[in-house]
Amino acid sequence: MIDVQFMLDKLPAFLGGGDGQPVFSVTDGLVLTLELLGISLFFGLCLAVPLGLMRVSRNRFVSGAVWLYTYVFRGTPLLVQLFIIYYGLSQFEAVRESWAWAYLREAYVCAIIAFTLNTAAYTTEIIAGQIRNTHWGEIEAAKAMGMSKGLMMRRIVVPSALRRALPAYSNEVVMMMQSTSVAGLVTLADLTGVARRVFSDSYLPFEPFLTAAAFYLALTFLFVWLFKLAERRWLAYLAPRKH
Amino acid sequence: MKKPSLLLGALALALFSAGVHAETLRFATDASYPPFSKQGPDGKMIGFDPDIAQALCAAMKVSCEVLPQDFDGAIPALNARKYDAVIASMNITDERKKAVNFTDKYYNMPSRLVGKAGITVNDAWFKGRKIGVLRSSIQEKYARDHWVKLGATLVSYGKAPESFLDLKSGRIDASFVDAAVGDTDFLKTPNGKGFAFAGPEYNDAKYFGEGAGIAVRKADTALLARLNKALKDIRANGTYDKIQKKYFSFDIYGK
Repeated sequence: MIDVQFMLDKLPAFLGGGDGQPVFSVTDGLVLTLELLGISLFFGLCLAVPLGLMRVSRNRFVSGAVWLYTYVFRGTPLLVQLFIIYYGLSQFEAVRESWAWAYLREAYVCAIIAFTLNTAAYTTEIIAGQIRNTHWGEIEAAKAMGMSKGLMMRRIVVPSALRRALPAYSNEVVMMMQSTSVAGLVTLADLTGVARRVFSDSYLPFEPFLTAAAFYLALTFLFVWLFKLAERRWLAYLAPRKH
Repeated sequence: MKKPSLLLGALALALFSAGVHAETLRFATDASYPPFSKQGPDGKMIGFDPDIAQALCAAMKVSCEVLPQDFDGAIPALNARKYDAVIASMNITDERKKAVNFTDKYYNMPSRLVGKAGITVNDAWFKGRKIGVLRSSIQEKYARDHWVKLGATLVSYGKAPESFLDLKSGRIDASFVDAAVGDTDFLKTPNGKGFAFAGPEYNDAKYFGEGAGIAVRKADTALLARLNKALKDIRANGTYDKIQKKYFSFDIYGK
């Protein structure tokens, strides 16, 4: 029923080596998925830390603006966001005339923008939640030491919130990894894109998607394990006492 | 406990007998490939392909359901028994014949490049160009074998309109499609202003086969014979010409 030999034959295609080329000669498949994921997670996190701080700001306009952003990006499907950025923006003459078009004409850049904005929205809420959860004792101690508000944020609140955000953030990373599969719908050949190509060339529905699924599973495994290590290092102080 | 099982039995019987009496053929067609097929405002498929399907069913005296399907998944879905036949402007090629059987052709039309008006297409032009094609189409196969080595990059789409959008916005330099699709779906629309057919007509039989046929499962030889007979009937009695006139100003059946 399932043609294992065929799956093995097509394995190089998922590693950037279609049509008899050596593997990793192009970035199709696994490499592209990891690139899209890594770059969007990096920029997403860079955006999310300041946005998280703004989200808990006492200034209603600042926190309201960030609330609106996270509400819109968490309230709409990623695929819709990607289509708006990829097909929607390109319809405007002004966009096509501008300097940004050199980047926006590439499906790759559009995908990274959409993924970054999406993951930043979720991560902002995760971080903001953990900032609100900061134990009052830590803040009182900081104040007793005479720290200014900025110093207290930098030294106490943000590092502590980021540590406590780790478990929720690991979920976000795994979800984001799976979400990158929509990149195949704007002509990119990520893992799912390669699977679709093999599928439509061979007319075999099971084998290519099973291979892609195996890759995603392996990646999930890897990320869960890495985060477990990270939690053991940075969240040890919250672990239950063993003696 | 007895009552529901009786009721279920009656229901099953009713469904079963309905299935025996009226044969309904399920046709898959491309969800968006005007003028050959597109989804009407009520969700029903309209266009040349669905009209031919209905005419064939009328000739075979069966009822017909025409359903939308993304082109690249049409053959797997047919072989998974989701449909009985595929009428999706699918060209008859040896590669596809390994997976399914085809009826005689129901039309034969060249493929052409659509690009900015005024470009001259020759071998040198392809260097560094991006060409849009439909994923797993014959155009993609032809382009991969001929133009990639000239330096062109292929960009694969799931639907023709997506490639036209990217052609208009300048993401690709040309779109390689059935001539009629490029004409009706892009060049004749306001979006197609400033664009034109470029280069020659491509109809190399090795790639483009002998025309478009209707695909059926390998095992359904009886259905294949019936469809071929119905095709002859509608060619003979003028139904085919009437449908063709609705969409084209020229003969698309070919020689």
